[in-house]
Amino acid sequence: MSQSVGKKAGPAVEFVGVNKWYGRFHALRDINMSVARGERIVVCGPSGSGKSTLIRCVNKLEDHQQGAIRVDGVELTESPRSVEAIRRDVGMVFQNFNLFPHLTVLENCTLAPIWVRKKPKAEAEAKAMELLARVRIPEQAGKYPGQLSGGQQQRVAIARALCMEPSIMLFDEPTSALDPEMVREVLDTMVELARSGMTMMVVTHEMGFAREIADRVVFMDAGEIVEVNAPAPFFDAPQHERTKAFLSQILR
Amino acid sequence: MSDAVFVRNAPAPALSPPASLVGPLGWARANLFSSVASSATTLILAGLAPWFIPQLIAWATWKAIWSAPDGAACRTAQDGACWAFIGQKWEYLLYGSYPESEHWRVNLTGAFGAILIGWLLWTGAPRKALAAALFFFVYPFVAFLLLHGAPNMGPPPADSFIFGRLLAPLWAGLSNALAVMRPALPPVDTILWGGVFVSLLVTLVGIVVSLPLGVLLALGRRSTRPVVRALSVTYIEVVRGVPFITVLFMANNLLPLFVPDAYAPDRFLRPLVGTALFAAAYLAEEVRGGLQSLPKGQYEGSAALGLGYWQAMRLVALPQALALVIPGIVNNFIGLFKDTTLVAIVGMTDFLGAMDNAMKDTVWSGPTILVTGYVFAGIFYYVVCAAMSAYARGVEKRLATGRNR
Repeated sequence: MSQSVGKKAGPAVEFVGVNKWYGRFHALRDINMSVARGERIVVCGPSGSGKSTLIRCVNKLEDHQQGAIRVDGVELTESPRSVEAIRRDVGMVFQNFNLFPHLTVLENCTLAPIWVRKKPKAEAEAKAMELLARVRIPEQAGKYPGQLSGGQQQRVAIARALCMEPSIMLFDEPTSALDPEMVREVLDTMVELARSGMTMMVVTHEMGFAREIADRVVFMDAGEIVEVNAPAPFFDAPQHERTKAFLSQILR
Repeated sequence: MSDAVFVRNAPAPALSPPASLVGPLGWARANLFSSVASSATTLILAGLAPWFIPQLIAWATWKAIWSAPDGAACRTAQDGACWAFIGQKWEYLLYGSYPESEHWRVNLTGAFGAILIGWLLWTGAPRKALAAALFFFVYPFVAFLLLHGAPNMGPPPADSFIFGRLLAPLWAGLSNALAVMRPALPPVDTILWGGVFVSLLVTLVGIVVSLPLGVLLALGRRSTRPVVRALSVTYIEVVRGVPFITVLFMANNLLPLFVPDAYAPDRFLRPLVGTALFAAAYLAEEVRGGLQSLPKGQYEGSAALGLGYWQAMRLVALPQALALVIPGIVNNFIGLFKDTTLVAIVGMTDFLGAMDNAMKDTVWSGPTILVTGYVFAGIFYYVVCAAMSAYARGVEKRLATGRNR
C-alpha cells in the first residue's frame, strides 16, 4: 500500500455546526462530526436526506453557508487556492464514474498527476499502471472508457482518484448506477482499499459492505444526522425510530 | 403445465438474412422505394433524367466553346457554355489586379499556407505544436510581408515615448531590414488585390481569428463572474442581432473614426476585422452549445481531481465540446466562406466580384457569358464547401470510432 496516512495529527475531516441551504431549502442542518485518520465512515439514509450533499461539501463541490469544515486541519474557505489544495488531497468517486470519454484509461489516470502534481509523464504512467493493476484491469489501459463495462469504469475511476495519492477518499453511491452483476467487483476493490488503511467516507446503500468495513455508520434523514453507531449495534439494535423505519425498509 | 419448463438442448443456428434486407435489392428497397412518396419521387426523377442530363452534358461539353480569342464564337454558339471566357480571364479571376510580375508572391503564400494547414489537419503528423506555432504566429507576418510587400515605416513618431525613445533602435533596425527587402518585395496596394486569392484570404483570416475568439466568448458567457458574462452576452447578442452587411459597413466607416488618422486601418483590413468579429459571435454560440451538452459530471470530475478552471476547460471540457459541435462549426465556416462574397459591397474584389467585373468586358459580352460565369462560380464555391464538409465528416467518423463502441 503506497497511500500514506497523513502525518499531521488531529481528525482527517471535521464538521462544526455546518448548515447548508439550496435557495430556501435547508439541506444540511447543524452537522457536527469528525472523521479520524484511517477511519471508514459509511453514510446512509433515504434519498434526499442530504448524505451526498454532506460528502460533496468536503471537497467543496458544494458550498456550505454556516459553520466550519476542516480537512487535514485546513478550513475550507472561498479562496480558490485553498480549494484546489484540498481537492489534490481528497479523492472522489462518483455514482456515474465521470471518466473523461475522450481520453484513454491510462490518460484518465495520468491527467491530474501530470497537470496538477506536475509529475513527469513516465513517472505518472508507471504509477497509473501500478494502480490499474491493483484494481485488476491493467490490460484495459489503452482503451477508452466507452469500451469498458460499468464495473470496469468504476474501478478505473477509483484508480484515477488514487493516482493523486490522496489521504482521504470520498465515495458517492459508487455502485448505484451499476448492473447488479458488477457491484461485487467494485465493492471488492473498495474493501481492499479500506483494509489498506485509507480514510474513507462512503455514501452507499450496500449494507453488507457497511457491516463488513465501516468503523461507524452515520444515518441521515431530512438533512440532519439522526444516529451514529458502530455497524453491529447500528444494524442489530437501532435506537432512533427513523433508523428503525429506514432499516426495516431496505433490509427485508 | 408441462409447457412452463423449457430447456434448450442445441443452440439456435445463425441464419443469413433474407435477400430483401441485403444486396442491391435490399439497398434499393431501403433507399429508393421505402415508402409511397419515396417511390413516386424515384420514378419521377428517373423519368426526367434521360431528358435533362444529356442536355446539361451537351451544354457543358461538346456544344461549349473551349477556346477563342474573343467573344465572337460564343455569340454564335448560343446553346453551349463559353469556357473560353473563363480561360481568358483565369488570371484575373485568381489574382484580381495583383501585378502579374508579382503573382509568385501570392502563389508562395498559398503554398506555405497549404503546407501548414495540411500539416495541422493530417492526423498522424509529427510535431503538431510546431505546426500550430508556425501557422498562428509566424505565418501571418510572412504572409503580410509577401502579399503586401515591405512597407515604408517612416521615422518613429516623435511624440510617442515608447516608439520614439524606448524602442527607437528596434524601430530603426526593422525599418532598415524592410528597406533592404523592398526591391524584392515592392508594396502592392490592397486596392489591386482580388479574385480567388481574396476570397480564400478573407475566409482563412476569419477562421483563424474567430475560432479562438469564439471559444473565449463562449467561456465568458458561461462564466460565474457577472461582468465577464454581461460583456460576452452583450457582444454576442448585438453582433448576432445585426445583419452581416451592417457589420461590414460599420467596420468600413466607423473603425477609422475610433483611431487616429495615422493608425487608421487599411481599407482591406476593415472588412477582414468585421468578418472575423461577426463569425466569432456565431461560433461562440455553437461552442457554448457544446459546453452545455457535456454532463455536469465532467466538470465535477475535473474539479474533484484538483484541476483549475483553465486546465479543466483546456484538457477536459473543450476537447469534448468542440468535437461535439464540429458539424456546427464547419457549417459556420462554410457560411463564412460564402459570406465573403458580401465584401464586394464595401469595395473589395473577391472571386464573385472579379467574375462580375470580367463579365462586363465588352470584348466578351454575349448571351452565354452570364450563365457560364455564374455556373463556374457556383461550381467553385460548391467544391470548396464540399471539401470542408468532407473533412468534417472524416473527423467526426474518426472521433466516433475512437471513443464509443
